[in-house]
Amino acid sequence: MTLQQIYFGYFATMMTIISLLVVSRKNPVHSVLWMLVLFVHMAGLYLFLNAEFLAAVQIIVYAGAIMVLFLFVIMLLNLRKEEKEFRLQKQWPVSAVTAVLFLVVLVSILGKITVLPELGEYSIDMINAQGSLMTIGNVLYTKYLLPFEIASVLLLVAIVGAVVLAKKRIE
Amino acid sequence: MVPLNWYIILSAVMFSIGMFGFLSRRNLVIMFICLELMLNAVNVSLVAFSHYLQSINGQILVFFVITVAAAEAAIGLAIIIAYYKNNPTIKVDEINILKG
Repeated sequence: MTLQQIYFGYFATMMTIISLLVVSRKNPVHSVLWMLVLFVHMAGLYLFLNAEFLAAVQIIVYAGAIMVLFLFVIMLLNLRKEEKEFRLQKQWPVSAVTAVLFLVVLVSILGKITVLPELGEYSIDMINAQGSLMTIGNVLYTKYLLPFEIASVLLLVAIVGAVVLAKKRIE
Repeated sequence: MVPLNWYIILSAVMFSIGMFGFLSRRNLVIMFICLELMLNAVNVSLVAFSHYLQSINGQILVFFVITVAAAEAAIGLAIIIAYYKNNPTIKVDEINILKG
């Protein structure tokens, strides 16, 4: 058992436990707060995988923006009454069986990956020499320029759509 | 060295937990949180593949997944608020206006 495996083991165990907590809490605010803890752990795992930029984006965008949006919406809705009721739908045993079967299938297929295709050019030494942000930027603004522009249009549509949906009707 | 399979199995476990939550919870906001959980589970596997194949494409894909997740959260939560103004409930088994 090397140090790396212990590190991974800590993160994997915590992420599984926190995911279960996120799904099972009755109060949505508690779910969101556990989700924040989960995002911090995921950022740690990304750092472990040499993805420093994504670790930063995970904290800034997910924890800083999306989860705050969730908290604001929970604050706007009045959920006191619903917290007292049973938290699962009627069909929850069926969905539990479905999820477990899905997990068994996924693990039995994906757990056996041994043959990998040939390695690409972005080795750790190369990324470290150039810098993580520089490497991603170079690829993002050349090879993936069109998807990047489409993503910006998508965000614009989301902004306009959110404003139109949430604003008051003016008679 | 940590084998790649461990990351994939971690990702599969998180995805299944999110799937169970999405299929079984009554609260619409928590269903959205479970959706984010599933997207994040996929992100873990993408970053792991990107690291082990020494390719940068996985990280770029994660970047786009985060963008789509942000757009989806904004629109979805706006729809929830718009619905809540008309019918003050967010229990999915009571949102059945479309039912004939």
